[in-house]
Order: sequence, then C-alpha cells, then structure tokens
Amino acid sequence: MTAAPIVEVRDLTRVFGAVVAVDRLSLTISPGEIVALIGPNGAGKSTLMKMLTTLLPPTAGSASIAGFDIVRQPQAVRAHIGYVPQVLSADGDLTGYENTLLSARLYLIPPEQRAQRIAAALEMMGLTEAKHRLVRTYSGGMARRLEIAQSTLHRPAVLFMDEPTVGLDPVGRRTVWAHVETLRKEIGSAIVFSTHYMDEAEEVADRIAMIQGGRLAALGTPAELKAGQGDGATLDDVFTALTGVRIGAGGKTR
Amino acid sequence: MSAPSLKIARDVSAIEAYLTQIVAVADAEAVKLRHDPMDLLSRAVQPVLWLVLFGQVMAHVRGLQLSDHSYLEFLAPGVLAQSVLFVAIFYGLSAIWERDLGVLHRYMVSPAPRSALVIGKAVASSIRGVSQSLVVYLCAALLGVRLSLDPIHILGVVGLIVAASALFSTFSLIIACIVKTRERFMGIGQFLTMPIFFASNAIYPITIMPDWLKAISVANPLSYEVDGLRALMLSNGESAFGLVRDYGVLFAVTVVFIVIATRMYPRLTQ
Repeated sequence: MTAAPIVEVRDLTRVFGAVVAVDRLSLTISPGEIVALIGPNGAGKSTLMKMLTTLLPPTAGSASIAGFDIVRQPQAVRAHIGYVPQVLSADGDLTGYENTLLSARLYLIPPEQRAQRIAAALEMMGLTEAKHRLVRTYSGGMARRLEIAQSTLHRPAVLFMDEPTVGLDPVGRRTVWAHVETLRKEIGSAIVFSTHYMDEAEEVADRIAMIQGGRLAALGTPAELKAGQGDGATLDDVFTALTGVRIGAGGKTR
Repeated sequence: MSAPSLKIARDVSAIEAYLTQIVAVADAEAVKLRHDPMDLLSRAVQPVLWLVLFGQVMAHVRGLQLSDHSYLEFLAPGVLAQSVLFVAIFYGLSAIWERDLGVLHRYMVSPAPRSALVIGKAVASSIRGVSQSLVVYLCAALLGVRLSLDPIHILGVVGLIVAASALFSTFSLIIACIVKTRERFMGIGQFLTMPIFFASNAIYPITIMPDWLKAISVANPLSYEVDGLRALMLSNGESAFGLVRDYGVLFAVTVVFIVIATRMYPRLTQ
C-alpha cells in the first residue's frame, strides 16, 4: 500500500456489562476508499462506528483517524470526520439552509467561505430548490442527502454513515448513492458505511468488512470474498459460510 | 510578527471560534422561535393566569405585610421568575428529544467543545426567557403594577433573567443526562418545578415561613432571582438580600452547573 492509512483500528473492544459488543477488532482503511460494514443487527457495527466517531469511549484497544488518536485527541478527530447517524438527524424545525448554516458554524468554516460552501454542498446533493423549506417537509431521501451535505461541508477525511439507506424506498436509496459517488469524486473522502443490504455493499464499496459477534469475520473486495466460495456464490453465501448466520430482511438473523 | 503577538492572534482566533460555536447553537434556537412565535404566546398563558386570577384574589387577603407595595406588585416579579423557570426546566426534555431525533449526535461529532454546546443551549434558553418576559411585563403593566422604566433597571432585569434561564436550563440538562429517557424526565420535571417554586419567595415572603422552609428557600437560587427582580422591576422596589448577593449566587451556581453539564452531556449519546 502506498498511502498511509487514514483509519487505523487496533484490537478495538467495547464491553457493555457482560456483553462484548466489539471484540478486538482491527482494520485499516486507505484515503478515498469506500468500505462497507456488513452484519446483522447487534453484530457491533454501530458500536464500532460510535467509537470511531468519538461518541463512545472504547473499553480496550485503540484507533486513529488522520493520525489522531480517538481517545487522546477526540476534538482533532472530530474536525477530520463527518458522521451521518442512523436516525435522521437534520433538525426538522429548521430549513435545509439553516441546518447547513448551523454545521458551517460548528465546523468553523470561515465566514467569507460559508455561503459558497453551503451553496456547493446543497447543489451537489440536489437540494438547491428545497433549501428554504422546513426539513420536516422533506422526504426521507432528501433529509438523508441534507445530512450528507451537512457532514461534508468541512471536507472530512473520513465520512461515517450508519445505515444511510435504512427506511428509504428504492428510488431514494439510489439517489443517495449516486450523490455519494459524486461526493467522493469531488472531495475524495474515505467513506465507511454500515448496511445489511448486500447488493448495496457489493455495488458501492471497494472493500467489505463482514462483522459478526463483534469480530471481523472477513475483509476484502466483493470479488475476493466471493472467490473463496466457488462459482455463482453471492455475498450472502459468503457471509453464511463464514459465520453460520444468514442476514434476513431488516437485518435480523435467520 | 513577533512570537508574543502571534500567540495573541492565536488566542483571539480561538476565542472567536469558541464564540462562533456558541452562536451556532443559540441562533438555531432563535430561528426556531421566529418560525413558530405562537409557541411563545401559548407559554404566556400560565403567567397571565397567575397574575389575573391568583393575584387578584390574593390581593384581598390582608395577612401579609408588604411595605408600600400591593400584593399584585409583590407577585409580579415572582410570576416573571416562575415563567422563566417553567420554560428553562424543560430544556433537558428537549435535549433528550434531540438525542432521540439524532440532532444531538450531529452536535457531539462536531469539533465544538462540549462546553460551547452547553453554553449555547443556555444562551438559547436565555433568549426564550427574555422574550417570555416581555409578555409578563405587558400584562403586569395592564394590571396597574408600577414598573420601573429606568433603562439601567431594565438592563438589570434582563441580566437576572439571562442568568436564571441559563441556571435552570443547565440544571435541567444535568437531570436529563442522569435520567436519559423522556418518560422519566416528565415525572421528575413535575416533581422538581413545584418545590423550586413554592419553596421560594415567589408568591409569599420568606419571613412568614416556618424555619425549615426558610432554610430551603434561602438555599434556592429562584429566591435570589425573585429578590433581584423585586428591586429592579418595580418602581421603588427593594432587595432583601442585596443585588450583589443576588447576582453573585445566580452567576456562581450557573458556572458550577455548566461545568457539571459539560462533563455529563456526552453521556446522552453513548
């Protein structure tokens, strides 16, 4: 690998009481790479993401983002990441523009650049027309795209998205991913997202991390992962072969 | 540039950054208030009822010695303090609400220091508190309360309301960080507001209280807010504790609460 990794996770562990949610997980991600975290509900994807975004302190192990340690330098980490949480987090009582203005100020984008950055981000996410509407009138897909605009105004090195398309209809899902692709071209952020849609992961991600029981079951490109399982194997087959678990609708294990 | 002036430039921009982040949080709230001004009016109903109904009836009870003020004049600052308290004490609930909606996660993953977020929320509550006061002032004036219109006094009232709003909203935020769910907060919110209100000098003087209640009232920050308001809101008003003590207590308690809330706020999104 030529470039230094942008995300380095070493034996990261989080314990809740008697439950080990993330278990000595290690992973490195290169700049600009798109990595999908796949696993059923409760596999530890959200917990991993919460630790990497500094929302949750790890029990053991360490991780760094853009060279900053998530425990010792959380504020520097936050300046280099964007995060789209699982629940729709744009404020429904504000307009799209007001939401992005809030983010621009929190991320300390210089006042003279704010207007231009906000306009560019809203344009990239296809929200220019709707920017003066209250977000509670947006569709799920529009709200998601607004959040992505808000999370990338400061051009983060890594964008984390926790189940970004859950609850969206197929059209909404497709537009979100089309816009994410544009975003990667323009800003070059690495993108880490969790999902339980295998097709989405296969289509969008450079590499897929399969997670089960808080551990990394497999990591590789979709082709690499399928190669081990013979002709005609799907990612679902790979996941089942590795973990003994099938992911059903809504992320439930079967 | 020499090294010291570089350092000063850096410090100035750090302060500027900190203020920008406080303004970001407070302004979002002010904008919401502008989107929905009815919210302010509907919250004004309760203080108006206290003044018009409770105040009018109690004015005919002759048991209280209130120097040269009518009971309504005695009550008006208490009702103003109460309306500020009732708005501020539900800030914790909105923090839990914001957590459930994911809005809080957005704040927490931003590079803004936690203290800037807490102070931003406190300022937001102050903006609401001050807007609320306009309604109470208007109502009190209509009922014939002799208000002081000295600009210095009015500025002093604004200062007290800003401090008290910040104090009680931050207190509420701390409670939210402990109880974490809406249901539990609703129960506790009701349980807290009544004692804070009744164990204070808001609707009757501390001098007529039994000793145990006196002790609680003197430890209650609301009493200092009301005392300061009595001195500054009314013409010929006077303070029982002294304005320095009123401001001092409110300011000191607010700072302590902000320090505690800064430590606890991140717990909400864990």
